[in-house]
Amino acid sequence: MPASVKIRKGLDIRLKGHVQGAPHVLPSADRFSIHPTDFHCLVPRMAAKAGTEVKAGEVIFTDKKHPEIKFVSGVSGTVQEPVRGEKRRIMRVDVLPDGGGAVEHASLDPTNPDGAAVRAALLERGYWPMLRQRPFDVMPAPDSAPRDIFVSGFDTAPLAPSAAMVLEGRMDGFRAGLAFLNALLDGGRKVQLGVRTGDTTFDKVTEADITAFSGPHPAGNVGVQIHQVCPLNKGEVVWTIGMQDVANIGDGLMSGRYVGQRTVALTGSRSQPALLQTNIGTPLAHIIKDRVLTDGTRVISGNVLTGTVRGEEGGLGFHDQQVTCIPEGNEPLFFLTKGWLGPGFDKFSASRAFPTWLMPKGKEYDLNTNNNGEERAFVVSGQYDAVFPFDIYPVQLIKSIMVGDIDRMEKLGIYEVAPEDFALCEYVCTSKIAVQDIVRNGLNQMIEEFA
Amino acid sequence: MKALHKLVEERVKPNFTGEGKLKRFWVVFDALETFLFTPGHTTAKGVHVRDGIDLKRTMFLVILAMVPALLFGTWNIGHQYYLSLGDITAADPWNAMLFDKLIVGAIKVVPLIVVSYATGLGIEFVIAGMNGHAINEGFLVSGMLIPLIMPVDVPLWMVAVATAFAVLIAKEVFGGTGMNILNVALTARAFLFFAYPKQMSGEIWIHDVMASKAGGVLADGYTGATALGHLANTVGQPVQGEVSNGVMAMFADGGLFSLMNCFIGTIPGSVAETSALAALIGAAILIWTGIGSWRIISSFIVGGLVMGVIFNQLGLNAYMTIGPVHQIVMGGFMFGAVFMATDPVSAAQTNTGKWIYGFLGGFFSIMIRVFNPAYPEGVMMAILFMNVMAPTIDHYVIEANVRRREKRLTAAVA
Repeated sequence: MPASVKIRKGLDIRLKGHVQGAPHVLPSADRFSIHPTDFHCLVPRMAAKAGTEVKAGEVIFTDKKHPEIKFVSGVSGTVQEPVRGEKRRIMRVDVLPDGGGAVEHASLDPTNPDGAAVRAALLERGYWPMLRQRPFDVMPAPDSAPRDIFVSGFDTAPLAPSAAMVLEGRMDGFRAGLAFLNALLDGGRKVQLGVRTGDTTFDKVTEADITAFSGPHPAGNVGVQIHQVCPLNKGEVVWTIGMQDVANIGDGLMSGRYVGQRTVALTGSRSQPALLQTNIGTPLAHIIKDRVLTDGTRVISGNVLTGTVRGEEGGLGFHDQQVTCIPEGNEPLFFLTKGWLGPGFDKFSASRAFPTWLMPKGKEYDLNTNNNGEERAFVVSGQYDAVFPFDIYPVQLIKSIMVGDIDRMEKLGIYEVAPEDFALCEYVCTSKIAVQDIVRNGLNQMIEEFA
Repeated sequence: MKALHKLVEERVKPNFTGEGKLKRFWVVFDALETFLFTPGHTTAKGVHVRDGIDLKRTMFLVILAMVPALLFGTWNIGHQYYLSLGDITAADPWNAMLFDKLIVGAIKVVPLIVVSYATGLGIEFVIAGMNGHAINEGFLVSGMLIPLIMPVDVPLWMVAVATAFAVLIAKEVFGGTGMNILNVALTARAFLFFAYPKQMSGEIWIHDVMASKAGGVLADGYTGATALGHLANTVGQPVQGEVSNGVMAMFADGGLFSLMNCFIGTIPGSVAETSALAALIGAAILIWTGIGSWRIISSFIVGGLVMGVIFNQLGLNAYMTIGPVHQIVMGGFMFGAVFMATDPVSAAQTNTGKWIYGFLGGFFSIMIRVFNPAYPEGVMMAILFMNVMAPTIDHYVIEANVRRREKRLTAAVA
């Protein structure tokens, strides 16, 4: 029996548009797109000029600070001129496929892998960007020695696909991936895997220490699991990685070819939900084609709490396994009918100020992107604490970030958190404060302080 | 409603924007427009969906919770008035002259509310206009609380001065809604208490009681003093002395200030503070909607009861011998516990801190009122004192959290 933890604080936002059934293989797209902006603090340096022909698994750009970290193309094709934003920052790099071959590396054996060889392979073959570290929620440095590696084996975000859906048929690769990652840990430690209580998907996994979690979102957030299993202290580093990327590393290092497979759940009330098997770098337009009413719709790469909007031109977020389509809410709402004094049967609220609590537990809501009010100063207290399962005072931490007090942020526990852990705080906030943005800002201040 | 919105956007709004004639009054337009229509603003970064709750609805629910106290208070003003004239007897409060009572009450209450809102919102509009800020909803609650805790016969100009003082000094100098240290409404009350002590004591709890006395129409034996005012007279007197016995008779069953009368609220006092029952209905609304902190309300009441029990054990004067339950249903205790102590901005903000804050608030309320008869309204003093202490309480709660984290680090390094 794995150790089990019950998470009590949190909130499941019940949205319409769940995905069901088996994955459907999406035909290959006419473009491979990677967004350097998916990696915080990354400054990319182009390795392949526009017009260069690359094979699948060949480097397109590297990290300017750590040239050992390589970002590879998922397809064979021609590299395009990067799409640039303000100050000529590279926003997106595209490769147009030509159906050519792939780079062949030596295959590694998961039964007794060598740590140094695995590390070199992850860096060289383009798997390193799949890793993220705490503190700071950024990519780890190439020589980073993690205390632990955490993998969340379930996603509790609204409308997220289950582990069984996204790992369908990939359990061998997943287990091999865990074995490779174990080689990077000192002292015979194993990867820490958090699973949903009662989920049988990971029953055969012996390559990880398993902890079972129950309770509402954010129980599936890896940050919550780290905090419960073995909280992060100052000076320590842990890595985190998504479950599909563990399988990609397993399959990829075993075969010697780059594997960047992604099973994506297309969800939300404006879509015909579908489970689609595709790859990292697929353009969103290709994923939503013929399945989404695009008029007045917001297409989000990721879930409604932490996802990003990147236009239909953009590619699927590097770490995302979900696309959510919800209606835009840009209509003014008359106060007595739909606005602040209305009955609000269509609003999903954590507070009892709306009749959400009267509705049957199974009722699903068609929420739109309306802000439902204007931004205000902090007034209500205790609201964040109810959805924040950390032994950290969220409002006080946020205020220390707002005033830029590095010492205070450190004392209040900023090393343990990532913006996604605050997503529910932001959702429930009466004063409509942009909490995740503030936390990201605080993490950036800490990075600069240590740089 | 689309038509109405179109009208506002096309006909009214241009006057307030750009080169419009009324562009200086943009904040006023903005406040009224966002009152009528929740703006079509969409989430820009971070979460893509937001909870339905906003500050307007939150504040509205607090006002809703005050309505029972307001209605009862309005009735009670009329009730006390006719009682003072001897037109009715205390034995039968409910049947006679319901509408007359409400009309007398409304004549007193409505001007108080109008003056409070007009003064407070006027200042907020001006300051928001000067700073180019949006107008916050905070004063909607403060502006209703201020009239509810005023003595019935307070001159209206004093209410205006007190409101202006409270809004400017207690709130705006600190940066407006959400930034204040002291509860705004209590600051207004405390200002009157200290600035106009002469006018704030004596017979201002009952409508027109002075005039009635002068005209010789006051009912026999009617004094118009509040429960706490009577009890203050027993301090320094022997427990079984003549004065004490006379006062305590009023607090026994069947007396004017019997436990039941104090609980229901058919006694003299500030506009809406007399009824513990109405305050408890408000508490139920606040706690059920999650807007008022149940931790603060319950620990405040427990703190008052504990102090009451301690005084019972001491029994040094007649005031101390009042039962703890009787203590907490008198004066502004319940109203303060439900509507004043729970103000989230001036209260403690951590859950542990709220327990401590509430308990000490209740404890000191009873202590101040009994120890120092010059301050019959111990609740006001206690809550203002705890407002000042709340950041310190939170500081220690948070430091404990910081130390836990440091301990964990030391253990990990070792």
